[in-house]
Amino acid sequence: MPLLEVEDLGVEFRRRGLEPFRAVDGVSFDVDPGQTVGLVGESGCGKSVTSLAIMRLLMPRGNRVTGRVSFDGTDLLRLPIRDMRDRRGRDLAMIFQDPLSSLNPVISIGLQVTEVLQRHRGMKQSAARAEARDLLDQVGIPDPDRRLKEYPHQLSGGMRQRALIAMAVACRPRLLIADEPTTALDVTIQAQILQLLGTLVRENGTALIMITHDLGVVAGLCDEVNVLYGGRIVERANRHELFATPQHPYTHGLLASIPRLDAPAGERLHPVQGSVSDNIPWTSACAFAPRCGNEVDRCRSASPELTAAPLGHGHQLRCFNPVLPDGAGVGATGGSAPVDSAGEAL
Amino acid sequence: MVGLTKKKERIDQLAASSATAVVDPTDVESSGGSILADAWRRLRVSPVFWIGAVIISVFVLIAIFADVIAPHDPGELLLRSQTRLARNQLAPPQPGFPLGGDQLGRDLFSRLVIGSRQTLLVGVFATLIGFTGGLILGTLAGAFGGKVDTVVMRLVDVLLSIPSLLLAISIAALFANPSQTSVIIAVSVVQIPVFARLLRGQMLAQRESDHVLAARALGVKRAPIVFRHMLPNSLSPVIVQATLVVAISIIDAAALSFLGLGSQSVKVPEWGQMLGEAQQKIDSYPHLAFWPAGCIIVVALGFTLLGESLREALDPKNRR
Ligand SMILES: Nc1ncnc2c1ncn2[C@@H]1O[C@H](COP(=O)(O)OP(=O)(O)OP(=O)(O)O)[C@@H](O)[C@H]1O
Ligand code: SF4
Ligand SMILES: [Mg+2]
Repeated sequence: MPLLEVEDLGVEFRRRGLEPFRAVDGVSFDVDPGQTVGLVGESGCGKSVTSLAIMRLLMPRGNRVTGRVSFDGTDLLRLPIRDMRDRRGRDLAMIFQDPLSSLNPVISIGLQVTEVLQRHRGMKQSAARAEARDLLDQVGIPDPDRRLKEYPHQLSGGMRQRALIAMAVACRPRLLIADEPTTALDVTIQAQILQLLGTLVRENGTALIMITHDLGVVAGLCDEVNVLYGGRIVERANRHELFATPQHPYTHGLLASIPRLDAPAGERLHPVQGSVSDNIPWTSACAFAPRCGNEVDRCRSASPELTAAPLGHGHQLRCFNPVLPDGAGVGATGGSAPVDSAGEAL
Repeated sequence: MVGLTKKKERIDQLAASSATAVVDPTDVESSGGSILADAWRRLRVSPVFWIGAVIISVFVLIAIFADVIAPHDPGELLLRSQTRLARNQLAPPQPGFPLGGDQLGRDLFSRLVIGSRQTLLVGVFATLIGFTGGLILGTLAGAFGGKVDTVVMRLVDVLLSIPSLLLAISIAALFANPSQTSVIIAVSVVQIPVFARLLRGQMLAQRESDHVLAARALGVKRAPIVFRHMLPNSLSPVIVQATLVVAISIIDAAALSFLGLGSQSVKVPEWGQMLGEAQQKIDSYPHLAFWPAGCIIVVALGFTLLGESLREALDPKNRR
């Protein structure tokens, strides 16, 4: 049985005087115990909102969350908020993008780590202190005794993120959500942090939702990958399938935009052209259509559903005209053979 | 109405100037200690800070040791024999009486020295009460938001819409027996909405901040979120404001006393009261008004300078 089942999750922002905006729209996915699931997509596609909705961390006003988020059989969205608070940090925890602003600047690192231990594990101050020391040690912070007494601005970026990871894993949560945990860090440090996360997750058997716009991170860490576009999942596959046979034009574009060391010098990268601002609503079209090289007539008149992909097992796709391997090697702009998608259940 | 908008703007500006007081993404690994140590590093080299600090220290020392410094009893009519109001004659400065006598023949210098105590008392207590009141209201509004926020802020806006001195006068006039206490209450009540609004703005910004989100994600309970994560990070502009409010309170209190709404005691001198009494004879003896007025201005200036230098030091824009 999956540890986390997200079913038809929707988040709609409502601001007075503005059209309601669906940031997340019918997102469903499962996370098995110990599994690492990727949530990939470019800026603004709804990755953070999805994770905040799962954690119930969205501000109470100005939005509406629908669907089910079942964690170990309990629907988190319908849990009394007190119970949810008891679970956060204990059963499921989160790591954020910007390590400096995610730490409280006026209290010491030690106090911030012991706060979690005292909250969820009922530890006394002295025991919590010792445990905090061990935790910092575990996440690879040198000289933990000294660092415990220091303030966030005295630590380097990488160390801050390590400290935040220490807080997140302090109570051995069964699910960890990492929202672009390396985006704000140097490249060399990024690799170290990812390695640390990988190790912790493996050793503790923690399930991980890895949010990123970097397919390199996905390749190194994730078992399953969900590609998000405009608040909907457009492609889902296990890592090998996704990299071997990406079929959604958007995924295809993302993969083509990764610089390759073995590419001939001077070859241009193929970033996905356009930007999120070009999106059209999903209601009666494919939101990606304005940027898609594979667009067919139906793309503007009907909304594609997430269905089994033409190739692969358990590979799912939301597209009328997928990119197939005979057209491989070209980016989203390349003209792959139009495929009649009649085979797809609509 | 214009006054209200301006006041609000000023408070909001203050709030904005230090909303993100301590977030500096470019900062790698700095050697400094806490935020206070960092602020102190900048204060230490600020002449404005030192001028303010010296003025305030001298003033506080005088107030504390007033009994020792004042050569005479401020209430005794020691120089009455030299005072002839009918002939426009006051006791001139003389040995033991550096500033001469006042209109009743009391030692002017001793009165000024002892008067510093009342001024310090008003400044400190009015600010403390205003700060505490504002702290409670601002924390309530900022921590709960929603209806609590709406109700508190309506009240605050109503109070802010009345010109502050006018409000202080109205409150002071409610007391049957005007005294130093009624002055303190009147002056501090006027400051409560200023503190409340400032703090509430900071708290709301904190509520949406990354580190509060991160703390919530760890299941930290509501009380520690408010008191450990939001409040301490909201205080720096409020503390700056408190320093400035000491100056404002001193001036407001002097104004109330000047208008006869302050202490009526003949025994305990107070600068505003001295100024009020001097006013009747200002043509003949301007120095009777000059000294208390000068003291009020210098002390108020001291607190203003301190406040401004603190704001500079705590301003995120000035961090490296
Ligand atoms: N509080 C909010 N009110 C209104 N709209 C919001 C709010 N939070 C997010 N959004 C919108 O929801 C969409 C998804 O935002 P989200 O933060 O999830 O993007 P993301 O995929 O995490 O992007 P990034 O890679 O930049 O973090 C964006 O278009 C954003 O503007
Ligand atoms: S082919 Fe059509 S449905 Fe598929 S991604 Fe492009 S526009 Fe969308
Ligand atoms: Mg995000």
